[in-house]
Amino acid sequence: MFQSRTRFATGTVLALTAALSLSACGGSKSGEASASSASCVDTSGDTIKLGFLNSTSGAMAISEQTVRDSLSLAATQINAAGGILGKKIEPVVEDGASDPAVFAEKIEKLLTGDCVAAVFGGWTSASRKAMLPVVEADNGLLFYPVQYEGLEASKNIYYTGATTNQQIIPAMDFLKSKGVKTLFLAGSDYVFPRTANKIIKQYAAELGIEIVGEEYVPLDDDDWTTQVAKIVEAKPDFVFNTINGSSNVGFVKAYYEQGLSAKTTPIISVSIAEEEAPAMGKDVTGQFAAWNYFQSVKSPTNDAFIKAFQDEYGADRPTSDPMEAAYTSLYLYKALVEKADSFDVDEINDAADGVTFDAPEGTVTIDGENHHIAKTALIGQINADNQFDVVWSSEKPIEPDPFLEGYAWWDPSAE
Amino acid sequence: MKQLQTWGRTWGPLLAIALVAVALLMVAPAVLSPFRLNNLGKYVCWAIAGVGIGLAWGRGGMLVMGQGVFFGLGGYAMAMHLKLEAAMASGGPDAVPDFMVLYGDGTMPGWWEPFRSGAFTLAAIVVLPALVAVVLGWAIFKRRVKGAYFAILTQALAVVFATLLVATIKQTGGFNGLNQFTQFFGYNLYDPVNKRMIYSIASVALVVCLVLVWQLYRSRFGELLVATRDAEERVRFLGHDPANIKLVAFVLAAVMASIGGALFAPITGIISPSDVDATASILLIAGVALGGRALLLGPALGALAVGFGRTTLSETFPDQWTYFLGLLFIVVILFLPAGLGSMWSQALGRLRSSRPTPTRASAPTPTDELEVAR
Repeated sequence: MFQSRTRFATGTVLALTAALSLSACGGSKSGEASASSASCVDTSGDTIKLGFLNSTSGAMAISEQTVRDSLSLAATQINAAGGILGKKIEPVVEDGASDPAVFAEKIEKLLTGDCVAAVFGGWTSASRKAMLPVVEADNGLLFYPVQYEGLEASKNIYYTGATTNQQIIPAMDFLKSKGVKTLFLAGSDYVFPRTANKIIKQYAAELGIEIVGEEYVPLDDDDWTTQVAKIVEAKPDFVFNTINGSSNVGFVKAYYEQGLSAKTTPIISVSIAEEEAPAMGKDVTGQFAAWNYFQSVKSPTNDAFIKAFQDEYGADRPTSDPMEAAYTSLYLYKALVEKADSFDVDEINDAADGVTFDAPEGTVTIDGENHHIAKTALIGQINADNQFDVVWSSEKPIEPDPFLEGYAWWDPSAE
Repeated sequence: MKQLQTWGRTWGPLLAIALVAVALLMVAPAVLSPFRLNNLGKYVCWAIAGVGIGLAWGRGGMLVMGQGVFFGLGGYAMAMHLKLEAAMASGGPDAVPDFMVLYGDGTMPGWWEPFRSGAFTLAAIVVLPALVAVVLGWAIFKRRVKGAYFAILTQALAVVFATLLVATIKQTGGFNGLNQFTQFFGYNLYDPVNKRMIYSIASVALVVCLVLVWQLYRSRFGELLVATRDAEERVRFLGHDPANIKLVAFVLAAVMASIGGALFAPITGIISPSDVDATASILLIAGVALGGRALLLGPALGALAVGFGRTTLSETFPDQWTYFLGLLFIVVILFLPAGLGSMWSQALGRLRSSRPTPTRASAPTPTDELEVAR
């Protein structure tokens, strides 16, 4: 079916292609990698470029926009106060589009194209995992502002949200102090809930709390009817909620419709904050949440933060944990650069241990070893104004332990 | 003049493909930074899948809304191999991927085991999607499912596939997907020279796919495929089984999508459910529609344009870019339903109709926009 002249011409094009491609590539085997490109960050001018990489489109935009807002606020404040080492921050913003592959592309663009000194952003673990190899290969810096499942430490990432021993484990301590005997686990089928529940189950065995059920639904699935029916049947003292995002609405709906309430079977959540509480579609007064910051935290620093934020974005805008952690991350970066007296990544890392900032949540301190920060754990109870009353606190900052090495009961290989 | 026209019709497409090859393999590496070249590599992967969609949809009339599934099969097959390669480089021949230790109990499912072999992986990238497409296609086409029902069915497959991936954290990395690859068949992935090599492989794959479909379109099979698209019943009455004709196009499209996915993983360094879900599948379709689905180069150039547009628009207008992209699609669908590439053939057609020579349309373009409902 091929004519001979065509066959000849086709062969020519393919041969040409092969020749072109051979000239284009001269691959080198691993081990003999060419020297990685030196940092292209320009520190000669009177500004310093920083990348803000958050999803402003897609499913995560509603959450990540709040982080973008508080990063912008921190940049404005720092610039008004003279900048970092006398240089004004010049934000370069990019949209992660709620897609890990886009995050990987954009952070590469920020680090090697725009030559930013550091990148701030990411929300889902998927986005962080996608950025990690890029930021390591380029020896850049990423500040990640969201509580997460731990089990990670990179010399090129600073984690300013909580790791598990600053949120999940204190929440279990709180439940123990409340005399909880039985616990039901409800989560999204996602890496954070899976890992959190693995930790919860092992710690519960240690504390003598019985796990009477464990249910997952896919991310963004709203139908919790059957799972909640199992909660009704199991009659646990408490429900540990690791559900992600909008799926919480379906869960809370089924929970109240099947007759459960904060009096009989209270919920403790790790993803419902000031932004989410009013959006649940039900009155969630009396339910609990574990975080490291609440808008209700009483301190002059927090009052100033809330005032500045609401002056900028409107009095109806609440402040929440990830927003505070993002705001703090930019100030921590300023403190790091000033201590190192340099924008160089290696010099910043050498100077990192012990850098502190008087944050809205309280004083936070960088651990130079694992690049997480010491944070105080708080448990809040939702009041009628959809704010959280702090009912329990770890009193002092908890040292970060992302791999739970200091917890004898933790066995990562057990189910 | 007539001779020149005939010559152009025969060799013009090949010349165009050669131009694409030169642009991708010579011009782009010379003028683009390593980062931009790698980005172009990503669009090339979408373009490879796009060529397949052009074959199945543009010529075959099958609106394949779930090509993300095949893109994902290739992508995950490759990613599994790269993940194992990374694990074996640091932990010896029995090492398992890091996420299985972190989120599971450190044991690897048996079906991962063969992907330690590079040869098996390469074979799987072609055979796996072909098998799936044969089984699916057989069941669908023999039952004469077509039009909107076919489109919905394939779209649903993409949803199921992504949901399945998200739900199997311990086996597939779940929502996070697979990433942190360090080497590609022994080549260090952090070395820009090797990244350029993978880019070249992707570009060559695209050119080969273009040459292949060009030959197919010229062949009797190509004529039959278009005939099936335009009048399936008549083809049946002429003694051909339309199911078989469609099946071949569907399988070829699946394999092309799989190859695109397989190269996407090392180029972007990650494959996750959001690269293969319904939205990703629709964006693949969008590129093909933009470029012109029934044209030879339309699907590939359209996919490249959409990839380029997504990057450029989002860099220039990080907060509004999705609106611009949406607007672009609306404008093209409204005013150029056969794609941007049809501007060229329309102009040519006008030129030709002013002459007395009767010619048969060289690039068969679907005439009605409602073929989905057919």
